[in-house]
Amino acid sequence: MNMARSEMRGTLSRRRQRRSRMVKALCWLATGIALAFLALILFTLLWLGAAGLGATVFTTSTRPPGSGGGLANAIVGSLIQTAVGTAIGTPIGLLVGTFLAEYAGRSALGSAVRFVSDVLLSAPSILIGLFVYAILVAPFGGFSGIAGAVALAVIVIPIVVRTTEDMLRLIPVALREAAVALGAPKWKSIVFVCYPAARQGIATGILLAVARVAGETAPLLFTSLGNLNWSTSLTKPMASLPLVIYQYAGSAFDDWVQLAWVAALLITLGVLAINLLARAALSSGQ
Amino acid sequence: MTGRSEALGDRVFAALAYGAGILVLLLLGAIILSLLIGGMPALRAFGWHFLINADWDPVHQQFGALVPIYGTLVTSLLALLFAVPLAFGIAFWLTELAPDWLRRPVGTAVELLAAIPSIIYGMWGFFVIVPFMSAHVQPMVIDALDGVPVLGALFAGPPFGTGLLTAALILAVMILPFIASVMRDVFLAVPAVFKESAYGVGCTTWEVMRSIVLPYTRISVMGGIMLGLGRALGETMAVTFVIGNTNRLSASLFGPGNTIASLVALEFPEAGPGSLKLSALLALGFLLFVISFIVLAISRLLVRTRVPA
Repeated sequence: MNMARSEMRGTLSRRRQRRSRMVKALCWLATGIALAFLALILFTLLWLGAAGLGATVFTTSTRPPGSGGGLANAIVGSLIQTAVGTAIGTPIGLLVGTFLAEYAGRSALGSAVRFVSDVLLSAPSILIGLFVYAILVAPFGGFSGIAGAVALAVIVIPIVVRTTEDMLRLIPVALREAAVALGAPKWKSIVFVCYPAARQGIATGILLAVARVAGETAPLLFTSLGNLNWSTSLTKPMASLPLVIYQYAGSAFDDWVQLAWVAALLITLGVLAINLLARAALSSGQ
Repeated sequence: MTGRSEALGDRVFAALAYGAGILVLLLLGAIILSLLIGGMPALRAFGWHFLINADWDPVHQQFGALVPIYGTLVTSLLALLFAVPLAFGIAFWLTELAPDWLRRPVGTAVELLAAIPSIIYGMWGFFVIVPFMSAHVQPMVIDALDGVPVLGALFAGPPFGTGLLTAALILAVMILPFIASVMRDVFLAVPAVFKESAYGVGCTTWEVMRSIVLPYTRISVMGGIMLGLGRALGETMAVTFVIGNTNRLSASLFGPGNTIASLVALEFPEAGPGSLKLSALLALGFLLFVISFIVLAISRLLVRTRVPA
């Protein structure tokens, strides 16, 4: 009995144990590789970006190479386009999410909308830029901040749809029943009972959408184009941090490349901070 | 009075909700139509030769899509080759191996990889990965494989650092978190009883994963991989920085190339309104949208079949 056992451990069992341990080690390695990439990217950004940080970055606009300059126009442009894009996309996304959770049920229309929204969530963002170019820029004569904001809004919609639907579905039936028992019509029970109950989840979705579009470059290339001067007009071409990075990072001028690193640091820190905030909002609500 | 106004409120709100739902469908239709209509002149001028013509020659008004299609497929498939094993390892680690106190922070960190904007990957790749590839990886591989049939040709050429392989590496890091997060979610959905029974008859951790968890979740795992593929196909900014941007077919993975998305981003500023070139770019966009729509649709069908809503 004792001998058979040790023999078994010596051949079959030990080999199986060894294989399992090897796979486990590889999994630790895979996780380590992913974390190393994140650390390496953040380290590079901090190392090269922080070197160029200064007050002028926030107070002056982009200038020709060799004459200083900052990112003020790009920062403001990014803020404006992200805000307007989110402001356009959020109400639509909220309504679509409400439609899916409260009205669509198992209908074919509901399934189709859910399916299309999910596919749009991962659709190539550059094509959304081309689309807005075709419907807004080409026919109405020129690149503009509002065209950029519309392109960003198209990206915002599916993100808000997903979280809104998920969060509305989590609301206990008892809460709705209470509203109905008080004689509230369906729309009031949705707007005044369900939305407030789901507000943390919905806010998370909006924050994630903001984080996503704040760093988008491809949809802005053909819509807001970029602008080297200070401009807050939505009807004119508008600068943004991602477009400045695109323009400056590949240039031959050291001061432009330096500014591109600063822009990269700002946008990444902003995006990651909003992301962490969104997660914190969600976990504190549950 | 109140009753009637409340019924009206219900009707208005329902109409808004239905309208928003239909708007999403219209949006999809409008995107496809606008790209198709814009691309029509080029599609009409070149016919199906558009797909197999390797020339992209604005001077002679010759536009073919073969090089960017080839580049898109090669970089995306290579990226999957790198990303899938890593994503599986991460998902396995997060669900079965991680110490409790590490699970959440590491899971969040991996998801943050997905939050970093595409342009940051591009810039970082351009300044960090490209020099590394050109100084260390490529010369070593080229020397080692020089004269070897097939493999030698696959990794030949001057070590510029840019090229199809570099683009695939960056793409792999970018799609990694998406695949890993789908895998983790479906692994977690496996009923504990199944795993416990397997442990009960003496299976090792790896045997439980291979014989219980993977077979049970394989459809959704495929869906996660397709999601990664769909993301990789349309990725623009990161690829544009590191692929080398040449419209020539290159047998070598170290050779420069182009993808549909990077070509559109680069050539668009030089394409005047109404030109045949602009139309060719829109036709390329239409092609990319159709390909990624199909891949993402398959992904979604696969993932939804097993994960309980």
